[in-house]
Amino acid sequence: MKLAVIGAGAVGRSVVDLAGEYGHEVVAVADSSSATVADGADGRGVGVDPDAVVARKAERGIVGDADPADALAADYDALVEATPTTLGDAEPGFSHVRTALERDRHAVLANKGPVAERFGDLRALVDDSAGEVRFEATVGGAIPAVSTVEDIEPGHVTAVRGVLNGTANFILTRMAAEGLDYDHVLAEAQDLGVAEADPSFDVDGTDAALKCVILANVLSFGAADDPVDAREFTLDDADVEGIRDVPGSALRLAAEDGRTVRLIGEATGETVRVAPRLVPENGTLAVSGTQNIVQIETTHAGRLNISGRGAGGPETASAVLGDVGRLE
Amino acid sequence: MSDGIDGHPDDDPAPDGGHASTESSTHTVRLELVDEPGQLLAALHPIADNGGNLLSIYHERGNKTPRGRIPVEVDFEATQERFEGIVEALRSEGVNVMQAGTERYAEEVTILLFGHLIDTDLSDTLSRIEACESASVADVSLAAPQGTEEASSARLRLEARAGETEAALAAVRELAEEKELRLVEPLTGVEA
Repeated sequence: MKLAVIGAGAVGRSVVDLAGEYGHEVVAVADSSSATVADGADGRGVGVDPDAVVARKAERGIVGDADPADALAADYDALVEATPTTLGDAEPGFSHVRTALERDRHAVLANKGPVAERFGDLRALVDDSAGEVRFEATVGGAIPAVSTVEDIEPGHVTAVRGVLNGTANFILTRMAAEGLDYDHVLAEAQDLGVAEADPSFDVDGTDAALKCVILANVLSFGAADDPVDAREFTLDDADVEGIRDVPGSALRLAAEDGRTVRLIGEATGETVRVAPRLVPENGTLAVSGTQNIVQIETTHAGRLNISGRGAGGPETASAVLGDVGRLE
Repeated sequence: MSDGIDGHPDDDPAPDGGHASTESSTHTVRLELVDEPGQLLAALHPIADNGGNLLSIYHERGNKTPRGRIPVEVDFEATQERFEGIVEALRSEGVNVMQAGTERYAEEVTILLFGHLIDTDLSDTLSRIEACESASVADVSLAAPQGTEEASSARLRLEARAGETEAALAAVRELAEEKELRLVEPLTGVEA
């Protein structure tokens, strides 16, 4: 498949880098201010040189000399939307996806905004398009959460829960293991590159909530006979508590009793909730460090657990490229 | 089914089905003891002497009843008839029996609370949880590493009546919100 990759952060760059390995060709790459479009975008079959894109981005902060609009207009089969997640109108990601669908091309999202904040709008665009939308990479990085729910069928899934933010999990794990307080561990996580300079999105539960909102939309729309009847979720529908105030003493009290605290997100077709929860210390959900886990409750197949890396360029790119493969 | 573990199959049948009196079931009594040596033992004698089979004792030393006494929760097995005899014997020994019932609490749930637990009157928090119909506080552990000024944490083990764990949690949730405390709930039903 011919891919246009919009967004040149860790995920976008990894998609560019790995696409060839999966048998796909990158014909255009754009970041917020620049783009490169392969000579072969007119059909001559010469893709973008991944090394050159990565080098230009590192050296000059641009991916090429073309305009981002040129990448959106390139001759691709699927557009990979890997720009940063934005809330509310989910722009500019939403418009990128709209452009692809209006051109009857597929869109594969790593950006959570459009599926978390405008799922209904997106569905309407898909209905009028020959293209499809896939978004495995938006939930749990490398973990095949969305496709597993789809395989089981959303009508046979009663709930999806899990640890969906590696930064928050790293902080809680280190606090419990070392008896350190939040501020100390956060500083350590920032030094290690596990937490951002502004960690709010992760530690306040927003990121985990967006993932749960996406899962709730998958469950709700997937289970409805008619999409008109499906309840649409956005971040505003989620009940969210973060880990910022959790004192070290609370983790010690939990440990004395064989328990620990994890930031757990839960989604059903009716509710979305993210909060620190008590879980058994050696239980399935008490994954360590930056690991994520997704637990799926089903009506006929019991409980499924999938754990793995919930973030990272190549990890998330593997989910993106898995989606591209499903579109072939 | 046991038909009277101590061999009294001829005890009067209970009105509700005719066999309850010979079946041992678990009972919980909540006692109030004066904080003096020997009180606990004195309270346990009437249970054993009247055919009760002791299962567990929660001695809530950190917790005081409104009268400044120590609440003790005792679980034991006995037939219904013996249970009534035991409660009578306890009362005639001068032990204050606050609550007595069959399998009053069937579910246990552990929660964490953190925030200004001391400033918001921890004992009031606990007695208000106690006052809620659904649950009883079985155990409290407090950690206040920075003294009373800073946020402290508590781990509470609640015992809830069968099927009422969710109601108990809802009551605690409401109380936590009112006192601006943070509540960490367990993932109930998911403990695998």
